[in-house]
This record gives sequence, structure tokens and C-alpha cells, in this order.
Amino acid sequence: MIQEKYKFDTKVQYLKYKVLREVAKLAWEDKLLENVMDIPKMIIPGKIPTMRCCVYKERAILAERVKLAMGGNPENPNVIEVIDIACDECPAAGYEVTTSCRGCLAHRCEDVCPRQAIFIDQNHVAHIDKSKCIECGKCAKICPYSAIANRKRPCQNACKVKAISMDEEQAALIDNEKCIACGACVYQCPFGAIMDKSYILKAIDLLKNNKNQKVYAVVAPSISSQFTYAKLGQVITGLKNLGFHTVIEAALGADMVAQAESRELAEKGFLTSSCCPAFVSYIKSAFPELTEHISHNLSPMATIAKYIKETTENSKVIFIGPCTAKKSEAQLENVKPWIDTVLTFEELQALFDSRDINLTVLEEDVLDNASYFGRIFARSGGLSDAVSQGLKEQNLTDFELLACTCDGIEECRAALMKKKRNILNANFIEGMACTGGCIGGAGCLTHGEKNKAQVDAYGKEAMEKTISDSVSVLHIVKK
Amino acid sequence: MMKITVCIGSSCHIKGARQVAERLKNLISENYLDDRIELSGTFCMGKCQQGVCLTVDGKFYSVSPEQVTDFFEIEIKGRL
Repeated sequence: MIQEKYKFDTKVQYLKYKVLREVAKLAWEDKLLENVMDIPKMIIPGKIPTMRCCVYKERAILAERVKLAMGGNPENPNVIEVIDIACDECPAAGYEVTTSCRGCLAHRCEDVCPRQAIFIDQNHVAHIDKSKCIECGKCAKICPYSAIANRKRPCQNACKVKAISMDEEQAALIDNEKCIACGACVYQCPFGAIMDKSYILKAIDLLKNNKNQKVYAVVAPSISSQFTYAKLGQVITGLKNLGFHTVIEAALGADMVAQAESRELAEKGFLTSSCCPAFVSYIKSAFPELTEHISHNLSPMATIAKYIKETTENSKVIFIGPCTAKKSEAQLENVKPWIDTVLTFEELQALFDSRDINLTVLEEDVLDNASYFGRIFARSGGLSDAVSQGLKEQNLTDFELLACTCDGIEECRAALMKKKRNILNANFIEGMACTGGCIGGAGCLTHGEKNKAQVDAYGKEAMEKTISDSVSVLHIVKK
Repeated sequence: MMKITVCIGSSCHIKGARQVAERLKNLISENYLDDRIELSGTFCMGKCQQGVCLTVDGKFYSVSPEQVTDFFEIEIKGRL
């Protein structure tokens, strides 16, 4: 038996998972409404607090998590929500000299500071003049005693698009206009005070009704780096045991996108990718003047879902991936008709366990729809490789691809800034909001150094070696 | 209009669904039957053990890439 907590990176994820699992368990049994209030006490039965000041606060926060597990506040359009009472109101003073400062003689901190913000008192102890400090962090890096600490809130630190501030009570506040729903704050908040809304109940409703409809699971290629305690084939069997009609690779949608996007690129001469919903939403909010350059292709998720719905009557599609922003994307007018709901890998783990499905003892099923190129979309650089291949396969070799691969939203911003100023030496921007690409997504169970290698290995296992081969069958059999 | 639906789910894909679909498409054109046969696809017919799965006007068949030509002569042309 695998120890549950080892399925996740952090205890916060584990806690969130326990809530999702209990909610799901009751939903399957049609007992959620009458028992929903008991979930916090089921998870924290004792009288001794383990996380907060008292069990009552712990349960109050859990009650908020239950609400989010059931879809969250319907009046808030954002899929990312702050749990006010869970926010520990972390210090947010920025860089500060701590008591570890030994009052040395070198004063490297003073020398390295580009704004002369550091002054030294008569005891040689360093101080930071907040009115001059630009929070560059150079002093903290150079201090041999690590005596300078960054008192930045983990959520604000994680939010590179600067959508998080503090409300009057010092709790985190998300600016919905700026938020791109990437989920970085969800993953980084050490108190679990920011959560993505879950649509696990919608998924259970669809699956319960699978006698009258075919429910398809479209899984992101980053699944190859997840559920590592079991085999991918066992995950597929697990999904079918949950009631899915079958499982299809979103990577096949990625193959379709690579083919269309390379054609569109050759035609237009410049494009920014449209696969990552957080990147697309970032362009729209922060660089509206560049919106016209966003590729007109639907994302791989929506592309394959559209194909499924257009070829199979009475079908429903649930996307399962590492991404919280996909939950937002699924609500867009041009995506809504194709995607019925979105689950993260975290939520899928809770769903498996709500039905007591132990993946490790299952038979292995198969998953093979896409090519190598569609599969490597899961990691940074994969999309550019696929577009380059797409150009080659379609004999669009007159067009010379100059891809700018942006790994993480900060690199995206740098490239978009350059494009805005017309100094970008590239004709294609591959934008991935999460560092590492989708394998760095907030909805992953685990994030590890081996993830990229696992995606590449999974890519190489694909039966079809080229994009045209994996996509050709779709063209042949489409109505 | 006769309707042939080929399964293009993972299991059938591995067993050669693409080759079956390509061959069928060619046979349909070679026999000038494009306006009489509609070729379509679907992901998984739930009979993965029997792949490559296909249906002709709803009737189920299991056809490997090697069997397509014979299958076409007997089951398709024979019924038109």
C-alpha cells in the first residue's frame, strides 16, 4: 500500500486532496448535501490542533476548502480564490537585514547595492533604506552570512504578473484583471490559503450518467511525469474504471495544432502561440496591442475535444491535466461547446481514491494516439520543435523559423516587451506560463527534475513518428 | 448512403486503424464509390480486444490491415 502523502510534493496539497476525496466520495453515494457540514470534523476529528491555533479554526478553514472543492464562489469569475481566514498574513516588508548580520568589515552588501540603499551604523551593522531599495536582492545573494532575508510573501513572490496585493486586513487579494490563473500562488502558498476552484462534482455527475452518454477523458501529455508510483497503462485502466468511455491524448490535438500553426505562421510571418491559456490571457491583459498576433488555433485541448464532439454524437469531454488556467479557458465562449469540464492531476488522484481504485494492482491498458511531437508539447521548447517539424513536413521550407522559447511567464514578458518595441529577433514566440512548461503546472501531483526526461521518453514511445502520420487518419475519417 | 465507421482509439490505432482507414479510402475512390460510401471515425467502440474495430451501417466487424481488401470485396461491394 502506498502511503498517501508521498503522492504529493507538499502537505498542503495532501490536505486539499483529502477534502476533494471526501467530497467526491459523498457525491458518488449521493450523500453530499446531507453530510457536507461533517467533512471538516471527519478530517480533523481530534481536539488537539495540528496546523492552526485550535481545531475550530482548522475546521473553519476546511469548510472553506470544501466550498472550493464544490466549485467555489459562483459570483467570483476567477477560478483562483483566496481563503481569507487561511491567509496567515505573512510579513511583506521586502528585503530586511536580520540579526544574523555580524557587523563585518567587508560590507559587500553596501558595495553591491546599485542604489546606495544600504547604510552601515557605528557597530558596522547593515540597514536598508526602504525608500531607495528596489528589491533586486543582490545584497541578500552576496552576504556571506545569509543575513539579509526577503520578507516577501510567497504568493506575491510566485505571482510574476503582480496580480496579488493585500487587502485592509493584510490578507492576500487577487486582481482578477491581472490574474492569468496559472496557479503559481496556489502551489507556493505555504498555508494553502489560495486554491483553484474544483469542478470534480461536475465530472462525477457526467460519469454517473455514462449510460446515456460517452464521457471521454482527454489527458495532457504531462501525465507521463505523474502517477509515477504506477504505470501509465494502469492510469488508463483506472480512468475507465471511473466510468470514462475511453482516454484520448491531448497530444493528438497538439499534433493538429502544430500542423495548422506552422501553416498559419508561414502565411502571417509572425505568431505567438495559443496553447497555454495563461500566456494568452497575459497577452490580452498586459500587451493588448499584440493580441492580433496570437495564433488563431484553438488549444490542443479544445482542438481534440472539438474533433471528438463533431465525430461522435452524445459525447462529453473532460480534460485532465496539470493546469489551473485550463479551468478558465474552458469557460471561454469558443471553448465552452467542446469542453464539459476540467480536472487537474491532483483532483484525478482524489477521484481515484474516492472510488478506492488502487492503480498499482490494475491491468495495463494502452494510450497511443499522438506522435512524438504532440507529446513533447508538455515541456518547454516542445511546441517550437513541433512547429519546426510541421513546416518541414508540409514543405514550407522557404519560411525560416526563428523561435523564441519562453520558459515561464517572466521570459514571456521579456519577449513580449521586445516585440512591442520591435527589437525581437524572432518570428514565433512559444509562451509557457509555468517554468519548465506544463510539467511545472500547479495541478501536478509532483514536480521533479526527471519530469522533462519522462516526457521525452514518453514522446519516443509513440507509434507514429511524424505529425502528418498521426493526423492523417483524422482527415480520412472525418465526416 | 452506406456508412463505414472505423475505430481510431488507442488500441485499434496500435493494431493498424490508420492503415485500415487509408486502404478503405483508396478502395472507395478506386471503385468510384465516394458518393455511395461515407467513411467516418470514432474513438473507441468498447471492443478493444477485437480491433481493428469497424461498423458498416451499425453492424460490427473486426478487420486487420491484411484483411481489408477481401473485406471490401465481400462485405462492402457485395452489399452495394
